[in-house]
Amino acid sequence: MRHFLILLLSLGLFAEAASSPSLEEQIAALNQKSFNAKITAVQNLAITGDNRVVPILEALLNGKLFIRKSDQKIVIAAKQGKVYILYEPLTLAEIEPVKKRKLKKIRINNQVRKAIRAALGGLKLFDPEPEQRLQAAEAVFKSRKVDLLPTLEKALEGETERAVQDKMTMALAATRLSSAAEPETRISAAQTLANYTEPDVRAFLGSLLIEQQDGSFPESDAQVRAAVAESIKKIEKDLAFWAFIGNLFQGISLGSVLLLASIGLAITFGVMGVINMAHGEMVMLGAYTTFIVQDIFRTLMPEAFDYSLLVAVPAAFLVAGLFGILIERGIIRFLYTRPLETLLATWGISLILQQLVRSIFGPTNQEVGNPSWMSGAIELSGGVLLTYNRIWIIVFSLVVFVCLLVILRKSRFGLQMRAVTQNRRMASSMGIRTGTIDAFTFGLGSAIAGIAGVALSQIDNVSPNLGQSYIIDAFMVVVFGGVGNLWGTLVGAMSLGITNKFLEPYAGAVLAKILILVAIILFIQKRPRGLFALKGRAVET
Amino acid sequence: MKNQVRMFIVALFLMSTAVHAADKVIKVGILHSLSGTMAISETTLKDAVLMLIEDLNKQGGLLGKKVQPVVVDTASNWPLFAEKARELLAKNKVDVVFGCWTSVSRKSVLPVFEELNGLLFYPVQYEGEESSRNVFYTGAAPNQQAIPAVEYLMSEDGGGAERFVLLGTDYVYPRTTNKILRAFLHAKGISDKDIMEKYTPFGHSDWQTIVAEVRNFASQGKATAVISTINGDANVPFYKELGNQGVQAEEIPVIAFSVGEEELAGIDTAPLVGHLAAWNYFMSVDTDANEGFIEQWHTYIGNKERVVNDPMEAHYIGFKMWVQAVRQAGTTNVDAVRQAMYGQQVKSLSGYDVVMNTNHHLSKPVMIGEIQDDGQFEIVWNTEGVIKGDAWSDYIPESAKLTADWTYPWVCGNCEKPKYAAAD
Repeated sequence: MRHFLILLLSLGLFAEAASSPSLEEQIAALNQKSFNAKITAVQNLAITGDNRVVPILEALLNGKLFIRKSDQKIVIAAKQGKVYILYEPLTLAEIEPVKKRKLKKIRINNQVRKAIRAALGGLKLFDPEPEQRLQAAEAVFKSRKVDLLPTLEKALEGETERAVQDKMTMALAATRLSSAAEPETRISAAQTLANYTEPDVRAFLGSLLIEQQDGSFPESDAQVRAAVAESIKKIEKDLAFWAFIGNLFQGISLGSVLLLASIGLAITFGVMGVINMAHGEMVMLGAYTTFIVQDIFRTLMPEAFDYSLLVAVPAAFLVAGLFGILIERGIIRFLYTRPLETLLATWGISLILQQLVRSIFGPTNQEVGNPSWMSGAIELSGGVLLTYNRIWIIVFSLVVFVCLLVILRKSRFGLQMRAVTQNRRMASSMGIRTGTIDAFTFGLGSAIAGIAGVALSQIDNVSPNLGQSYIIDAFMVVVFGGVGNLWGTLVGAMSLGITNKFLEPYAGAVLAKILILVAIILFIQKRPRGLFALKGRAVET
Repeated sequence: MKNQVRMFIVALFLMSTAVHAADKVIKVGILHSLSGTMAISETTLKDAVLMLIEDLNKQGGLLGKKVQPVVVDTASNWPLFAEKARELLAKNKVDVVFGCWTSVSRKSVLPVFEELNGLLFYPVQYEGEESSRNVFYTGAAPNQQAIPAVEYLMSEDGGGAERFVLLGTDYVYPRTTNKILRAFLHAKGISDKDIMEKYTPFGHSDWQTIVAEVRNFASQGKATAVISTINGDANVPFYKELGNQGVQAEEIPVIAFSVGEEELAGIDTAPLVGHLAAWNYFMSVDTDANEGFIEQWHTYIGNKERVVNDPMEAHYIGFKMWVQAVRQAGTTNVDAVRQAMYGQQVKSLSGYDVVMNTNHHLSKPVMIGEIQDDGQFEIVWNTEGVIKGDAWSDYIPESAKLTADWTYPWVCGNCEKPKYAAAD
């Protein structure tokens, strides 16, 4: 009996093998010119449900699937030095390496990419990694293929991770809503989806209610449409709340960037009273130092690249600080009593530094990489994304702020610095070498601008113009916050950042900036000394 | 002191011979910004023209004379463009000028070229709505870039977009292009509520809000695409933000008109794979001529990492055409060369026969490429043949009536009727 069964099974298998094309043939079908034909080939591969298909599709998605020109064989290839190592697509066994010219890449476009992701979604629902299953569920949600329903139901039954279960339920509801025959099933699916505060869900539900040219709707039943509309309303209400949270985060993040850009100026301009137009260039020097440090890391120890920023911070501090001291000793100290000349001289310095960097590194942007811990985002509910680079910059700016505050308040150098700025002659007669203190104060301000450059290199262009885009904002923050007051700089930067971000959706980026500028001018009219005016003798001098 | 006087005399002597030699050379002016914001894009173009001139001299020059470049730095300063243009034409007496990038800079030099009857080759894709007798536009007009790009997005291959976000930097090129695109989208039955238009200042670096808004706009159920006319430096933070917020090209494709290989050089493009750009040329074009050009560029610039881009190819075409026209006319006289330019044909690096039309715009191929993880573009769509550049857009009612044709009987850049009544 058992033998008979086995015989029957193997017969069945044979029959199937004879009737449908073999896996090899299906893979060979990827070798076609038309993108549509490739999409069909990908879908056929997905239907096999064979796990060996996964690496092939992934290679295709990542541009690693090639055709060997000599015999039109499809291979997976990985670049190694000057040659490409080839792998058999099904067994992943290594075959002999070839030169690039002997290979032809299988081109894909966005539509093929979409098909691949959907196919991978179906195939990976049972992957041992929860992260992969989560992505698979997401892909199934986006493709909403009816034929995946049984697989999805089975996957959901066996699923133990909460987050994955959630996503799978969402995918299941979406698939049912778009394909189930009974209106009741569709209504309950629409109600399930109301619990998912996600823009993608909103988009899918919305697409069901768009009136077609012939007056019909993608969702034919009016009752179901009502349920869908109800769900949309709920999702949108939740989305609005999350949008507010997102806006707040973006405001704080912009504020932290402003804080970084202006905190050094709070010392050189705020404490010392030097109108330092070359402040932005100190930021730029910091950014270029980051670039050089990363370059060294790339050539000497690429595996430690993630730590390059930790080295770049002190390096930028030193480089910008040294430049600051040089500028102070070489030029600014002769101009202390002449603010207008200081302005012109530092403006000139900024142009010289820009052109210097342009001559050395060229006018093009330099690529500064994001370490892996600064790429990507945390997804909160409601499609709000907190990107890691912004989070780290907020943290970094606050750390820099606190450090600076401690130096000014608690250290001997800070004490001498305040003494010199408040009453130079008195400080001098107490035995403080005011010239040295001036140089170090200016150096400190520049050095802080330099480490701001490390942070800004992560979000902006590293080009000779980097500094120019921040100089006006930096002055704005310092003047608004109150010259000579660090807390004022913090509050000024944050309030400008948050106001800007809340205005932007309504007024547009250009108008938002103008409105803020006008508001500040009016504010300065009312309170010429900014938010936190410094009281005492220093104000009078 | 005596020595100095002697040196001075020698210097004077040298200068006078230089003036004499000037009769035996042909001078080519290069009017690009080598400092300031636009230096990032324009310096490369200066180098490209210098390379072409060097190559021409190696082959024996032009009309038996050496070709001598005259380089000026316009420092990304629009009024300075006009001053430097005047200097090139009036003082240096150059025979032709290759230059400008932004539309403002072109608008700034236009009166100078018209007044002094100079000749300018302008290599960048632009908003159209212009045809000057003294300018040859070798970049794309809107119908050679923007319109085909939108048609592609609406096609099945492009994702069948029905909802569009028009993002741009706030100046004349994006505003005019978006005006044309809006009219075009209306003609295709797309209503205003499905179009979002946003402008940002030059060098905008905080894209969080706008990318979030785009994602929100895309979540209304219709397939959404972004058309970007963001210019210059602002692109890098924009694309970084797209990558960080996980905007995938399959969901919301972004097609850019001002982003080429050079602009991508400063970014990790892995998260951007699949986003698009529309140009008339990509570095990845697979022809022997292109391979040769890239090799020539790498040898000239001494760096194998440097990329080539569309405006460089435009200068390549413009320069070749000018050389051909000068040879045909037998002189560098501007009026003679202009007449010889019409119908002049050059093989583009992509292997198409590119022709100069009487409206001073080229007939060029159009290509759409997807960004790859190595910073190059994979061409996913291209026109069969060349498309004739249209100076005046058919989609703006007041422009549709206008014709640009600098040959008889029209002899006009923006007329509704020919200047001379038909002679028949």
